Amino acid sequence: MAHKSERLSVRGVSVRSYRAGKGPTALFLHGAGGLPPVWLPFFEKLSQQFDLIVPEHPGFGASDDPGWIRNVPDLAMYYLDFLDAFDLRGVHLIGNSLGGWTAAEVAVRNCSRLASLTLLSPAGIRVKGVPVGDNFIWGPEEGVRNIYHDQNLAEAILKMVPSDEQAGQQLQNKLSATKFGWEPRWLNPFLEKWLHRISVPAHVVWGADDKLLPPAYARLWGERVPGAQVTIIEACGHLPHVEKADLAAAKVLAFLDRVAA
Amino acid sequence: MKFTFFHLMPYRPLDLEAAGQYRSAWVVTPNSFFDPKKGADEYESYINQLVSAEALGFDAIAVNEHHQTAYGIMPAPNLIASALIQRTTKVRIAILGRALPLVSNPVNIAEEFAMLDVMSRGRIIAGFVRGIGAEYHSTGVNPAFSHERFHEAHDLIVRAWTETGPFEFEGEHYRLRYVNLWPRPYQSPHPPIWIPSQGSSETIRWAADPARKYPFLVTFSSEDAVVRYLSMYRDQAKAYGYECAPDQLGWAAPIYVSDTDERAREEAKAGAETLFNNFLPMPWEMLLPPGYTSIASLKTHLKMRPTHGSRNKTIDDLIASGTVVVGSPKTVRGRIERMRDQTGLNSVVAMMQFGVMPDHLARRSMEMFAAEVMPKLRD
Repeated sequence: MAHKSERLSVRGVSVRSYRAGKGPTALFLHGAGGLPPVWLPFFEKLSQQFDLIVPEHPGFGASDDPGWIRNVPDLAMYYLDFLDAFDLRGVHLIGNSLGGWTAAEVAVRNCSRLASLTLLSPAGIRVKGVPVGDNFIWGPEEGVRNIYHDQNLAEAILKMVPSDEQAGQQLQNKLSATKFGWEPRWLNPFLEKWLHRISVPAHVVWGADDKLLPPAYARLWGERVPGAQVTIIEACGHLPHVEKADLAAAKVLAFLDRVAA
Repeated sequence: MKFTFFHLMPYRPLDLEAAGQYRSAWVVTPNSFFDPKKGADEYESYINQLVSAEALGFDAIAVNEHHQTAYGIMPAPNLIASALIQRTTKVRIAILGRALPLVSNPVNIAEEFAMLDVMSRGRIIAGFVRGIGAEYHSTGVNPAFSHERFHEAHDLIVRAWTETGPFEFEGEHYRLRYVNLWPRPYQSPHPPIWIPSQGSSETIRWAADPARKYPFLVTFSSEDAVVRYLSMYRDQAKAYGYECAPDQLGWAAPIYVSDTDERAREEAKAGAETLFNNFLPMPWEMLLPPGYTSIASLKTHLKMRPTHGSRNKTIDDLIASGTVVVGSPKTVRGRIERMRDQTGLNSVVAMMQFGVMPDHLARRSMEMFAAEVMPKLRD
């Protein structure tokens, strides 16, 4: 299905956003690497059953970068405004990594516009004694290799040469990732204690070979979010929706079907 | 001209080969490589070098701050400055500098500088820096807010030095109900502030501002780059509507003097090559974490320094680019004169021990520099 690219503006902050499909609304919040440069097969599968909206966060790529969005709680408040501004209801909120963290921050604040929460290897909490990988010190090649389990996939991605515009947006994305995730590293120390407030069905999906946020984190999310289902995907790194698109989409859709039923 | 003898205090006993397996001598090289007994010898000989510079006629002696690295073992440079105050009488003592954004309460820096200034009866020069990129890894401070924190900390420190307290400071990063400095600085209105930098245009614009006119010190750069950055500062001053004073322009470089160019080259080789190939290199991710420089500056860096991180620099490369100044007294004098003629600078910050250079060579070079280079360049 063809997706369209549009600008959406909320409280004076305009973001680039992709949209495709019909049905209940699904809102996908991307990770620290930014909006994927291509329409992912995972998005394609979701858009066959949902009205899928994939905004590019303020501070990333072609979206506005207002100085007042300074941390992930700010970003979550922006998306609460976003849900209100477009009067989105019964939303299936999905997020990966930074976007998963943001989705959880949205949900602990207000679930009234949400139907479910799907977290794909979210950042935001800390398992003491289990350090996270340091993506800020990894070199460019090391970073790609550590994000994926499948090194053939990593090789293929390393061979892609970004355009000047894409390279510029990658620098902007790294700056915003730094703003949101450097200190404390990929963590809001005040999030974990509020996860009990998530009152919609939740699903936590994790790659068994995630070198950035080890799968021990999946267990803590499963313990803290009431009734959360935890799915571990074998032979998979930090981006299950990219690396294991078919399987991840099948698991996510199966969960969303159960929520609907 | 004015001359400062500057020290980094590198950890010379480092096992260079074993340490070379790590991505940098910064942040990640295990501190098991540091032997406290050898470290004690290093501090003793380095402090002696700094103290001896007073008798040799240097105008100032200078220390600096770096963290979690064999490159320099002065994470708290004010401790060294305090020792130097006790062993000297007239020479100025420059701390080049304290890394303002790395601390959680900049009033501590204002207090320590004020103490040193009072203890030394007004001999302190205060350098303000942002720390190098690697220090945002070693302290955890978010580099995305580096510039904001620097400017805010600077404003807080200068107000603490000059305003009658107590006053309240309300910033974005620092919020303090009571700021009331005891002691106040000895110098009035406050110790001179110098800005060492590798030449970012943002820093030049800020330092040259007529409200500040802070002396700008280009560090460890090729001759071309030093000329370019000092010219940018002069031009910026003109754009602000004033002519910058020669004392506003400074240049920090490794300098080595011996009887002949060839002998100087041989003697400085190990020191210069270990400084640039072993102690200094780090990958981009450590040198320029996101936000440390603007995206525009970052793009320029990536274009202009394609060989960044190379560990194969030779003494000849370093001499040819003018990054180090090595030679006979005549050669070294000529290089400094040429730089002065090109830029109008009046302040030379000479790092005369560098890398693994042993004491006896550093001392001989200092003595020759003081006897045969400095006098002819005095005003």
